[in-house]
Amino acid sequence: MSRVKTLQSLFKRYRRPGDIVFAWIALVVSVFLLSQLMDQTTWRKGGKLFAQPRFWPAVSLGGMAFFAAFHLLGSALSERIHGRWQEVSLWITSLEYAGWFIGYALVVPYAGYLPSTIIFAVALALRAGYRTVSTLGVAVVSAVVIVLLFKTFLKVNLPSGLIYERLPDGLRQIMLTYF
Amino acid sequence: MENLIAGLEMLARWDVMLALLVGSVGGVIIGAIPGVGPAVAIAILLPATFSLDPIVGLTMLLGIYGSSMYGGAIPAVLINTPGTAVNALTSYDGYPMTERGEAHRAVSLAYSASFWGGIFGILCLILLSPVLALIAPMFGSREIFLAALLGIILVILAHRGQIMAAGLLAMFGIFLQTVGLDAVTYTQRYTFGYSFLSSGVNLIVVVLGLFALSQAFFLLTAPDNSPVAKPVTGRMGAGIKELLKHKRVATVASGFGVILGMIPGTGEFTAQFMSYTYAQKTSKEPEMFGKGSPEGLIASEAANNAVPAAAMIPLLALGIPGEALTAMMLSVFYVHNVIPGPQLFQNNIDLVYGLYFALIALNVIVMVFLLFSTNLLTKIIRVPTRFLGVMILLLSFVGVYSLRNSLTDCMIAAGFGVLGLILKRLNLPIVPIILGMVLGGIMEVKLRSALPRLKTPFDMIDRPIAMILFVMILLVLALHIRTLVKEWRAYQSEEDHDMHDSQMR
Repeated sequence: MSRVKTLQSLFKRYRRPGDIVFAWIALVVSVFLLSQLMDQTTWRKGGKLFAQPRFWPAVSLGGMAFFAAFHLLGSALSERIHGRWQEVSLWITSLEYAGWFIGYALVVPYAGYLPSTIIFAVALALRAGYRTVSTLGVAVVSAVVIVLLFKTFLKVNLPSGLIYERLPDGLRQIMLTYF
Repeated sequence: MENLIAGLEMLARWDVMLALLVGSVGGVIIGAIPGVGPAVAIAILLPATFSLDPIVGLTMLLGIYGSSMYGGAIPAVLINTPGTAVNALTSYDGYPMTERGEAHRAVSLAYSASFWGGIFGILCLILLSPVLALIAPMFGSREIFLAALLGIILVILAHRGQIMAAGLLAMFGIFLQTVGLDAVTYTQRYTFGYSFLSSGVNLIVVVLGLFALSQAFFLLTAPDNSPVAKPVTGRMGAGIKELLKHKRVATVASGFGVILGMIPGTGEFTAQFMSYTYAQKTSKEPEMFGKGSPEGLIASEAANNAVPAAAMIPLLALGIPGEALTAMMLSVFYVHNVIPGPQLFQNNIDLVYGLYFALIALNVIVMVFLLFSTNLLTKIIRVPTRFLGVMILLLSFVGVYSLRNSLTDCMIAAGFGVLGLILKRLNLPIVPIILGMVLGGIMEVKLRSALPRLKTPFDMIDRPIAMILFVMILLVLALHIRTLVKEWRAYQSEEDHDMHDSQMR
């Protein structure tokens, strides 16, 4: 009994719900990547071991699999914490916001940086639960400030929107350069 | 002396001064808002600084790095929520003081201790410079490889109670930097036939995903919250007088900050805990610690503010970053073709001195700013957290997309954002991934370039510094095993692993 207990105390860690799910995913991914070592890397004949292109992937993936296995062991030997699947569903919920981010990146080259930023600021504020006119107004102002700061003043490398091409001559040039 | 003047000249430009002002004041504000740490801000601003002069970009980022902890003390003291992760211990004693009606005393003490630690760190950096300039050229490929290896080992072992997870994530970081076309043999590694993976996984895309986007997702998926702090009344300069009564604690704590800041992988957390323990052990009122002890507050704030200057030592002298923020700064150096390392002290010493002066100036700017604006900051920290999430998401786009206008980068960053969210929710560390990527790259390159001169494996450690580093690696591992065995035998009580709170980063 004491041996099991001491083993537990050695591997027991401070955890939060969902830890074991992460531990399993980490182990599966590590082992899968390690199994691809021969296909995805090459061995140069006559070269020294440490200079082989395969060396560092092998070391890192071997290390990953080793640590992932012990991480899982630690999780499995610790007391179960309730709320595991609730936590996992929250992780999945975050994919929605990843989608918003990719959608924003997709729209900018067509709709232009300024219009897309204003639209997404307002839409995301609404999605986040804000309904008051003042908060939505602050979202619009913040969006304009972000565009002015990065595109107009710092001249950060961002694409001009295709939509700007339809604007009248003078305005088009200004929008293409600064917004 | 000439170099000193050249360094000063570098700062005497309107654009550098403006960058310093924006970085310092911006850093304080960012630090004061719980939910946005300096890492988020630096990650977002990083690509924007690429178009600026190296000294302009670096002073702005340095401003944010060095000043955020000042700001982070405000919510730690007033609402028991550390503004940045490294202010966690400040709330232990700062908040009880606020509850006692001594908010003004606590905030002004925190500022004074931060200033003391900041200036102490820079003075050590300046005094150590001649030694560094002497020692740094002795670091060849083997020594840098061993120092990077020591950094990886330390970053894993520093996450006590989460060593397996930290190891897993550090190895993942090392793996990530191997993906793509191998620069020496021109062979593909883990590209699975996808052309977008041939150029590898960009460090900045990973950083933005793990630090900035993940924070946006974290705030957007959590319930909305708007922290309210009461205004503070009284003169902010009063803390300086009280600090002078505790010079010993402040200086020793700053010393811990400097020493641990220099060692890659350890950083603010360890420095704070060691200083706090020291202050408690040597205090006349140890029972007051955790209940509003000024000494505890001083120990934690002086220690964490001494770290940024010290963390510049391995970065500038060896090109080895000790933690995530210096790892990000390393990429700014690389973009401008300024390679930190032994040559920097020989070829660009004026830039090094320029950075030292920038550090001094930023501490002064921040101190003056805080003396007059604490109450303004208590209003700023009321930004609702979900709204903050929306803004971080919009700002992250600038960072990722401006790199090379690639939608694929945005998708990769979004993927790392979700991974970062999971790690934050599980309270697992993110820093090992970033350090794994940077130090892994350094280890691969340096080991390869050391190989032609090695006939037997023992040649790796046949030079004095290499030998010292090797002994240090063995010592660190041996000490860790000893502690494990001791704990196994002694059945130590549960520790507070919340100390590594990754949610604020």
